[in-house]
Amino acid sequence: MKVRDIAHSRTGDKGNISNISIIAFDAKDYERLAKALTPEVVRRHFAWVVKGEVERYELPQLGALNFVMTQALGGGVTRSLALDPHGKCLSSYLLEYDLPDEQ
Amino acid sequence: MKTIRIGAGAGYSGDRIEPAVELAAKGGIDYLVYECLAERTIGLAQQAKMKDPKAGYDALLEARMRSVLPLCRANGIKLISNMGAANPVAAVEKVREIAAELGLTGLKIAAVTGDDVLEVVKTTDLPLMETGESIRTLDGKIVSANAYLGVEPLLEALRGGADVIISGRVADPALFMAPLIHEFGWKLDDWDKLGKGTLVGHLLECGGQVTGGYFADPGVKDVAGLARLGFPIAEVSEDGTAVITKVEGSGGQVRVATCKEQMLYEIHDPRTYFTPDVVADFSQVTMTQIGPDRVQVAGATGRERTPTLKVSVGYRDGYIGEGQMSYAGPGAQARGELALQIVEQRLSLTGVKFSEVRYDLIGVNSIHTRPNPAEPGEVRVRVAARTTTQKDAVAIGNEVETLYTNGPAGGGGATKSAKEVLAILSVLLPRASVKPAVTYVEV
Repeated sequence: MKVRDIAHSRTGDKGNISNISIIAFDAKDYERLAKALTPEVVRRHFAWVVKGEVERYELPQLGALNFVMTQALGGGVTRSLALDPHGKCLSSYLLEYDLPDEQ
Repeated sequence: MKTIRIGAGAGYSGDRIEPAVELAAKGGIDYLVYECLAERTIGLAQQAKMKDPKAGYDALLEARMRSVLPLCRANGIKLISNMGAANPVAAVEKVREIAAELGLTGLKIAAVTGDDVLEVVKTTDLPLMETGESIRTLDGKIVSANAYLGVEPLLEALRGGADVIISGRVADPALFMAPLIHEFGWKLDDWDKLGKGTLVGHLLECGGQVTGGYFADPGVKDVAGLARLGFPIAEVSEDGTAVITKVEGSGGQVRVATCKEQMLYEIHDPRTYFTPDVVADFSQVTMTQIGPDRVQVAGATGRERTPTLKVSVGYRDGYIGEGQMSYAGPGAQARGELALQIVEQRLSLTGVKFSEVRYDLIGVNSIHTRPNPAEPGEVRVRVAARTTTQKDAVAIGNEVETLYTNGPAGGGGATKSAKEVLAILSVLLPRASVKPAVTYVEV
């Protein structure tokens, strides 16, 4: 099962920092997402783009996680060489992550 | 309990025109707020103003004003916008001209200035937030420095009876929060209320993003009517709770899910969202669907504001050269890869200097509509590099273009560009160094 099967997401950018929300469609899936998507897992998933740290913020009452990735946008929207300089397509890439099977 | 209805007329500078007209005509709103300034827009506007002292404000200001000013007048709606960008005074003069031409007499238009702190910042050695290095390392390259102003000058203009307020750099949520403070008499140190007002502003500041724009994912998150997406309205009560909604019959949707995405958009720690007016805390926010296209939000709060204001510093930072070329049909990917190898070798052979480069293969179906599932039906080669000189930037695109007669078979549709980079870094400036001002013109 992919993250996209149980959650939705949007990416934001501020300077060279990207933030990606992961929001459970159904509140009962929040725990599963929180367990699987540790900052370390997300850092590894985005290893090709994130040069800095990944921090995670939790909003259980909204069934949401917010990942903040530093040095992730090639210098920021005005400097980046990327075709998607805002990194707006990154949320779709996190939705593709294969969740481990539930025990 | 008293409520105020605020509409968001734009989520960015190039946004659609008609949704704001719909809001002004049928939204039953008290205030129409246009947020039109991205991080770098003001630096580009500053460059435009240097060339022409009457330029430097939003390119769509005239079209927007012509389309809504008569409706705002007819329906008693006050209009607030940061469309002044680098030149609010010239923008206000343009609004006056348009209002006069449309016969809208008795209109009071305010310009909010003072965000331009270029001269102040140049004399400091403040550390850059992103790198920790002194701002002096940018000496000779800085083109703009604009502080994020808070609600105070907007409140002054509202108290002064302005019908239209045009600012430069003002924190996005402040544009929406000023009317709430003005109407409800909230105190400027009522951090709890200011946190709530900031949440309203943050939910509205990207326009259609909270009404279903940038949300649709067919089969997973379906949204109807995106071609005539309605822009949002916040119905805010005196206690700071709010209902996010939109004009009845417009496209899009307001759902708990759209509101959650927007709340987390471009914020970091939800407990600590810095604005000039308050350090907002969204960590305990709750959202409830109370009707079709009606979501109630509550639970935001806040803490005391910081003693400094964030300043975006725009500076010249070299060039980016880019070139693209397409390959399609059998073996497209292999030919695209060969093209990239050729350009890489050519840049080395011809001694083009760059500090950073990327070689991309883009594409699936922009040329042939039925891609071969076994391999991409088409690829687009893209080379982009950061250079110090314009000459080297131009050379990047040229090396891609010469693939036409010197590269793999079947390449087509070359494009190239070389542009100067206007980069943005930030410093924190003590509030006392920033002096907002309000001036008026009347029609």
